[in-house]
Amino acid sequence: MADAFDVIVIGSGPGGYVTAIRASQLGFKTAIVERAELGGICLNWGCIPTKALLKSGEIYETLDHLKDYGLSVEKRAFDFTAVIQRSRKVAAQLSGGITFLMKKHKIEVVEGSAKLEKGPDSSKGGAPTVVVGSRKLTAKHVILATGARARTIPPIGLEPDGERIWTYREALVPENVPKTMVVIGSGAIGMEFASFYRALGVDVTVIEMLPRILPVEDEEVSKAAHKAFEKRGIKFKVPAAVKKLAKTAKGVALDIEIGGKAETLEADVCIVAVGIVGNVEDMGLEALGVKIDRTHVVTDSHGGTGVPGLYAIGDIAGPPWLAHKASHEGVHCIEHIAGLKPANLTAPIPGCTYTNPQVASVGVTEAQAKEQGLEPKVGRFPFRVNGKAIAASDTEGFIKVVFDGKTGALIGAHLIGHEVTEMVQGFAIAMTLEATEEDLHNVVFPHPTMSEAMHEATLDAYGKVLHI
Amino acid sequence: MTDILMPALSPTMEEGTLAKWHVKVGDTVSSGDIIAEIETDKATMEVEAVDEGTIEALLVDEGTEGVKVNAAIARLSGGDSAPAPAPAAKSEAAPAKAEAPAAAAPAPAPAPAAASAPAPKRDGNRIFASPLARRLAERKGVDLASVSGSGPHGRIIKADIDAAQPGQAKAAPAAAPAAGAKASAPAAAPAARQAQSLEQMGIAPGSYDLVPLDGMRKTVARRMTDSFRDVPHFPLSLDIEIDALLAARARINGLLEKEGVKISVNDFVMKACAVALQKVPEANASYSPEGIAMHHHADIAMAVAIPGGLITPIIRKAETKGLAQIAKEAKDLAARARDKKLKPDEFQGGTFSVSNLGMFGIKTFASIINEPQGCILSVGAGEKRPVVKGDEIVIANVMSVTLTCDHRVVDGAVGARWLAAFKELLEEPLRMIV
Repeated sequence: MADAFDVIVIGSGPGGYVTAIRASQLGFKTAIVERAELGGICLNWGCIPTKALLKSGEIYETLDHLKDYGLSVEKRAFDFTAVIQRSRKVAAQLSGGITFLMKKHKIEVVEGSAKLEKGPDSSKGGAPTVVVGSRKLTAKHVILATGARARTIPPIGLEPDGERIWTYREALVPENVPKTMVVIGSGAIGMEFASFYRALGVDVTVIEMLPRILPVEDEEVSKAAHKAFEKRGIKFKVPAAVKKLAKTAKGVALDIEIGGKAETLEADVCIVAVGIVGNVEDMGLEALGVKIDRTHVVTDSHGGTGVPGLYAIGDIAGPPWLAHKASHEGVHCIEHIAGLKPANLTAPIPGCTYTNPQVASVGVTEAQAKEQGLEPKVGRFPFRVNGKAIAASDTEGFIKVVFDGKTGALIGAHLIGHEVTEMVQGFAIAMTLEATEEDLHNVVFPHPTMSEAMHEATLDAYGKVLHI
Repeated sequence: MTDILMPALSPTMEEGTLAKWHVKVGDTVSSGDIIAEIETDKATMEVEAVDEGTIEALLVDEGTEGVKVNAAIARLSGGDSAPAPAPAAKSEAAPAKAEAPAAAAPAPAPAPAAASAPAPKRDGNRIFASPLARRLAERKGVDLASVSGSGPHGRIIKADIDAAQPGQAKAAPAAAPAAGAKASAPAAAPAARQAQSLEQMGIAPGSYDLVPLDGMRKTVARRMTDSFRDVPHFPLSLDIEIDALLAARARINGLLEKEGVKISVNDFVMKACAVALQKVPEANASYSPEGIAMHHHADIAMAVAIPGGLITPIIRKAETKGLAQIAKEAKDLAARARDKKLKPDEFQGGTFSVSNLGMFGIKTFASIINEPQGCILSVGAGEKRPVVKGDEIVIANVMSVTLTCDHRVVDGAVGARWLAAFKELLEEPLRMIV
């Protein structure tokens, strides 16, 4: 019975491989099924390679104003192929790291696409059988972690052609730098590509259907980001609806509607970043009776699908579509299976956008707090009066915090500025531990750091700000 | 290095007493070795080592009460090696050694930041509660000591306070206006029921001895309070003539004398309960938010008084067992219950309870529902009573029983049908074997 396991994880992205490691640590004989590269989209086609590109973009941008630091360079230049190659090398290195981790934890990696069918003990509550090629794998617990992919809208031309119409996948490995580009969608993915290509000098126009860019962020942060990106030369069409995207002789043409008027945009390439859909197809889920709601598997509070022995975690189980959410859910799911009674999945999930400047947030926005009937108490602190930020010439942006005015609980934090993605975790810890303003005011922040602005923002909410 | 954690010996166990260490620092243990004895609210259990290695430190002293489940109690070196160097992967990829260290600190942490809320004590230990939970508890008048935490390591979090009952706080002062305890009136005083001092309620200090609440007493207090408050319960009473039963018992015991088995009235009662549950299966049910669990078997729990409290060992699948076997099992379970030697699966998970106070001469009483069971039967004393038969008064042996029902699963008519079936069985015991 070489193909009998305790746990089979399908998909090796940050949800799947972390779940497999934890399963192995808990003593389960574990297998992981992957149809492409270990590490999934995150490591190979998402989070990680984009960060490599964005770092190149950020340095290149810095080179443009070296004078600020009393430095100069004769002529800045980039080798696009080398920039892309570096990004691929980083992805390959990390994917190799997962291979190592799987080996270390004695997790069998099964290459191929998985299909599920009724298990031999399905009438007695047994898990489905996992079919990969000619192999039939059985397990007590099967965890779906198949992730998601870019949403496309073929009827109006929002469909990648691999040449001029890109999703994140094509945008990561183009052969040449385009001169002009349209990005449809101003979420994290769209804005990160806009930021990177703009840094390399591409004429970038971003189209957003909703009234403001980065629409999930706090309104003040959206506005500040809009200004910061515009200052760098990114153009925006907001709010605007794409009616038709078509290829032309040398690029693409978009019919859009903005302010009730029709407009046509032309560009060399177009990136489609209008959301994602869950990878729920071709696995036989419907036949097993798995409930699927708009491309996502419906799960209970522990990832259970309702089908005995079958669980789903990460992107396939619904938003937010974030790697760290997937890992967290996966660990929770397998610990629950092991009977460890993990804490409920109520911890707030931070979100980060690695543009220049960066945007990060956790918890509710001020507007959401009001919608929930709370009386938010809001504090802000700008980096332009923060010593470390001034010394580093990174004074763009601010930190905004939202407290529940009644209880003093921190319920949201919204940051924009240099490396704020490394700061938001401080607020996530505070919120997870249910800190109140009193606790945050009592925390000693090191000087000089940009994190002092976190402290000042919490002080500002209670009229105790020091440096303004 | 591995931390040995306080095991949960039963699903309801939240904390326990580390009664005895069987190992000392420097001892080598291998998987399966007995390392400690843990006393819970219900039983004393031996803890076996899961890993092998050398005991590096005992983090909890012998006799320590209130050790939370999953708290580190000892540290093992060797065996499981140190965390391997983090491979070149993103942060999530680093081997997670997260569970243990957080709980490892044996010494109480320095006073928490929220000094304004004096941390209440429970068993001399700090109560772990989030800052927000502390603040909300204070405002709501909830005593943290009365709340069990659902956060990591039993930490009290906001959700626990939201779910806690605040009303009791106000009830207590109102009950004792004569004591001149007006001072306790301001809402700021966190005055949950348990926090009301006896002095405030008019009992002079020094006029009593204070017996600390042990695990069993706390469990009894919590489970009975929860049940009596949250379960909509009602009693149904019935008189049963047991002359036929007493006669049958005498005959059966005569037959079994050589085998040394003696069947009590209570054994008949339990057998009859099981058979009646077969006849009226709707009474063999448990309420849950997901639905009503209709139990397949009659697992009859019998309340056994033991020093310091009570426990309810279970006769499993009693409907399949004969009287002699029930008698034997009941005797064995009761004896081991008194010695606190029951295993968790011997006193957890019954589907129906029987409480018998007949031997004390109690005529009738109504027990509190033993959650999640749908019914509990209270059995009074069998005694000679005048009974009207036809138009004559005759003397009969009569026993009164009361069935307390959880109205969420057992309605009045169901309870009544069950009692009728039960009565029929006891009044004509031969029915139990057909």
